[in-house]
Amino acid sequence: MRAHPSDYELVAPGTLRAVLSLLAEAPREWLPIAGGTDVMVQYSAGQLRTMKLVSIWNLPELRRMEVVGGELQIGAGCTYTDLLAHDLVNQEFPLLSSAARSTGGIANQNRGTIGGNIVNASPAADSLPSLLVYEAELLLVSLWGERRLPYTSFHLAYRKTRLEPDELIRAVCLPMRFSGYYARARKVGARKAQAISKVCLAGLGQIVDGVVEDIRLALGSVAPIPIRLTATEQIVRGKRISPQLVQDARQATVAEVRPIDDIRSTARYRAAVAGNLVAEFLEQLVTDRSKK
Amino acid sequence: MNNSSLRSKSYEIALTVNGESVTLHAYPMARLLDVLRQELGLTGTKEGCGEGECGSCSVLMDGVLVNSCLVPALQADGANIVTIEGLAPDGHLQAIQQSFLDCGAAQCGICTPGMILAALQLLRKKPQPTLDEIREGLAGNLCRCTGYMQIFEAVAEAGRRGKLT
Repeated sequence: MRAHPSDYELVAPGTLRAVLSLLAEAPREWLPIAGGTDVMVQYSAGQLRTMKLVSIWNLPELRRMEVVGGELQIGAGCTYTDLLAHDLVNQEFPLLSSAARSTGGIANQNRGTIGGNIVNASPAADSLPSLLVYEAELLLVSLWGERRLPYTSFHLAYRKTRLEPDELIRAVCLPMRFSGYYARARKVGARKAQAISKVCLAGLGQIVDGVVEDIRLALGSVAPIPIRLTATEQIVRGKRISPQLVQDARQATVAEVRPIDDIRSTARYRAAVAGNLVAEFLEQLVTDRSKK
Repeated sequence: MNNSSLRSKSYEIALTVNGESVTLHAYPMARLLDVLRQELGLTGTKEGCGEGECGSCSVLMDGVLVNSCLVPALQADGANIVTIEGLAPDGHLQAIQQSFLDCGAAQCGICTPGMILAALQLLRKKPQPTLDEIREGLAGNLCRCTGYMQIFEAVAEAGRRGKLT
């Protein structure tokens, strides 16, 4: 059923503290809305879990990026366009840039936020695998204080996260130590533009003296949550890339994913593509390094 | 859904639309798209999908391209909005509009206002865009009629003519 705006309340307190106070008073009653690229779609379809919304769009406390120690802290309210305009993001975290560029069209990149993408928790979100391989940590804030959580532990199950109802993500922290890695993101969808992924991969790898010194692989759309391919990584780490290793890694990936059939694809196709993307990544990793 | 006791109040919202200050009453969760079309009679902005996929409701909000179907009215309070009606207020077409006409880039016309605003945003950033940049800049705007080639050509032509206004 289509929503009618007179049934819904929306407030815009204007500061992070005021928003957190509202959430602290009645945590489950309020739904935060940033750029609305997911929430407004659910709203129009009459599918929101609450009729009271609080705007966190453009809160200055959430829309800045700063280098703290050896990490880049990206405010959760930064849009994809903000990410693409930031030199450090492009230089240090090309997988995140690439995900930002392939998410929606310009209008949605102008409004969609990194924090919103994480909280919306779609297993198909393109930016989430990149956060897994970069070992992101999240700063979660409530009126009572702040806590820090490794992003790998944030997603509990399909669209379930560790975020408490009175909390917001304040920032995404990315350690700046991966710029020397070979990095590649691959999205497979029905079309190049404006299509939600059937499978997406973010990969980082480093070869030293012909041996895979480090490898980090993560996939979206192949499980209820975005996943790191830890078993596949373990098979590859410390080895020389050979046709046999590529084959083993492909098989390990197919065994490690838990895809489903849905409107965008089938489980079988997704598992096969996941294996292919990992194999392709390894082949490119070895070619890339041999050029140097 | 409607058994909730909540009845929202409408609020006074102040906007600048196509250079004019406007004050109106709207529910805070009313879509900017509906405010423009129904409250202000600016029906140049079209509704296609209503879920941010097609780009036909694109407008510029504070100089930035947005899908107006995904913007709640309250978030547009105080904003500067430009719709297709704002591009040629005195009947004098902008270069991008003229090149759409010259290249046959409009057919049924539903996507055209959004296409032109997306193209305008692109040309402001990249005055002479490559074909790839045009494709990327317009990736969020869908057209059922033209097959896109005339649209891409119109944007490239506007770049070659080299005048935004």
